[in-house]
Amino acid sequence: MAAVTQAPPARPASAPARARRGRLPAWRWAILAVAGIYFLLPLYAALRFAGIKAYGSVFSRTGFTDALWLSVRLAIVTTLITLALMVPTTVYVHLRLPRLRRLLEGITILPIVIPPVVLIVGVLQVAPGSLKATPWLLALEYVILAMPFAYRAIDTGLRALDVKTLTEAAGSLGAGWGATLWRVILPNLRTAMLSATVLIIALVLGEFTMASLDLYETFPVWIVQFDQTDAATSVAASLGALFVTWIVLMLITWAGTRQARRTGGGEVTLFTVARTDTPTGS
Amino acid sequence: MPQTDTVAAPGPRAGSGAGAASSPTRAGPLKSAGATLARYAGVIPFAIYVALGLLIPVIAIIVGAFQAPGTGALTTANLGTATHGVYLQGFENSLLLSVLASVIPGILGLLVAYAIYTAKRGRVLRQVVITASGVFANFGGVPLAFLFIASFGSTALVTGWLGDIGLHIWDWGFTLYNLAGVLLVYLYFQVPLMVLVILPALEGLRPAWREAAENLGARGWQYWRHVGGPVLFPSFLGCVLLLFGSSMSAYATAEALTSGTIPLTSIQIGSFLNGNVIAGQENAGKALALGMIVIIAIVMTAYALLQRRAARWLR
Repeated sequence: MAAVTQAPPARPASAPARARRGRLPAWRWAILAVAGIYFLLPLYAALRFAGIKAYGSVFSRTGFTDALWLSVRLAIVTTLITLALMVPTTVYVHLRLPRLRRLLEGITILPIVIPPVVLIVGVLQVAPGSLKATPWLLALEYVILAMPFAYRAIDTGLRALDVKTLTEAAGSLGAGWGATLWRVILPNLRTAMLSATVLIIALVLGEFTMASLDLYETFPVWIVQFDQTDAATSVAASLGALFVTWIVLMLITWAGTRQARRTGGGEVTLFTVARTDTPTGS
Repeated sequence: MPQTDTVAAPGPRAGSGAGAASSPTRAGPLKSAGATLARYAGVIPFAIYVALGLLIPVIAIIVGAFQAPGTGALTTANLGTATHGVYLQGFENSLLLSVLASVIPGILGLLVAYAIYTAKRGRVLRQVVITASGVFANFGGVPLAFLFIASFGSTALVTGWLGDIGLHIWDWGFTLYNLAGVLLVYLYFQVPLMVLVILPALEGLRPAWREAAENLGARGWQYWRHVGGPVLFPSFLGCVLLLFGSSMSAYATAEALTSGTIPLTSIQIGSFLNGNVIAGQENAGKALALGMIVIIAIVMTAYALLQRRAARWLR
């Protein structure tokens, strides 16, 4: 659940406060070191186990291309539907129904806590047969699973903007609601939407529960089935996916920060509530 | 699944709202019913999608939990099956695991988040940790299980290192394949999730409050005891409840690690879907799912109440 967004520049803190935020006492280093060991050691062990050779052979394994292609198509469809649904809704709620923001936040947190295994039971029961026969049912449900990430990404992005002023300015220049959304708000939400996209792709490329119970061989399902015969290859494939996602996210954050600095904004970070003294849009 | 034919969703609101959708920006402050509907026009596509993709499947589970398989007659037999024997044990294990796998990573995640929060803004460290959290929070299943088997398995790398310095952990009863082992593995995605969800709350602590406290002569611990702690606590508890839900949801990781040897509700539901059921008990899986929904509903109600308290300070 994370989103790259632009936080506004921190208000100038007093000198002692800045100094306190600037240094890292020993106990904080200790915490980060222990966390670092816990997270990196298993990665190192797995990489050593898989060996370097496995990476070359991943691509030539049977089923790899089909499974990856299915997952890629699902990721594209999921991303498109999610953005088309969540961006206008979130912007609209921000601008015109700020009282619904809390409700929207509550609804979009549900897919994190409702177990996918529970959801797929109900989905398979009510979905029409024509839809169950295609993998697109999965994409439609992945949109639900992606809502927490997408909503939070766009919401944090919007909080960092002065949406109300932007909209009013666009309106006084004669732009309608559609034009404002498309030509004023969307360009300002580029970074937020980009990070939402990366996280949606990561989610779809890693989702196992629903895909396996819906009996489609997506990339993660393929990895598990392959695991029976050649653990090293499948681990190599999934670690590869993990690192690629991580690097892409870092690049987005880095590029977003650079751009924000150029345009006078603050740091771009993941899933940060913008610190504004006056709530926007209310 | 927008094409479901069991549409029950927003109904009248959807109908009239769609008509008014052409001019949502002109509704203005008018208080008439039509204007109110027009105001809500912009959220109708979202409402319909959530109703079809989330609400109706959940309702179908609740109804199915009370139906006899085949005939569809009303019955409580499914609930009886789901609350006895191995299934009751599944609920007990799931609850115990989820409590541990939400409180422990909750505290650890708070510590890590605080360490990052106090690091200077814009530091590389901060960005590395936060992006890593985004990725690791989504990591799970067989790959994750493999990571730990490759490092803490009975003959694996880290186990070997520990053995070299005289710590033969597997001889002392350590195993990855019981609840404690699953808990160790769950930390791998729960701690990053906590870091991500608690950071906004930490960022919401205004430096001005700390400065005010210091001007009044408060020491560090006094600030946390009387200002920071009370403000942060509802958010912290809310995030822990979120982790609880996330841990209840986890399916692939536990399945990959234990292959079903520990009774856990999510895995039992999965096995019903895979068709591993005794005849006449087909709908017991839905009763299990209903049990989970009830637990999640209680947790989410508590979460909503806590968020409302937290919102007083964090906006």
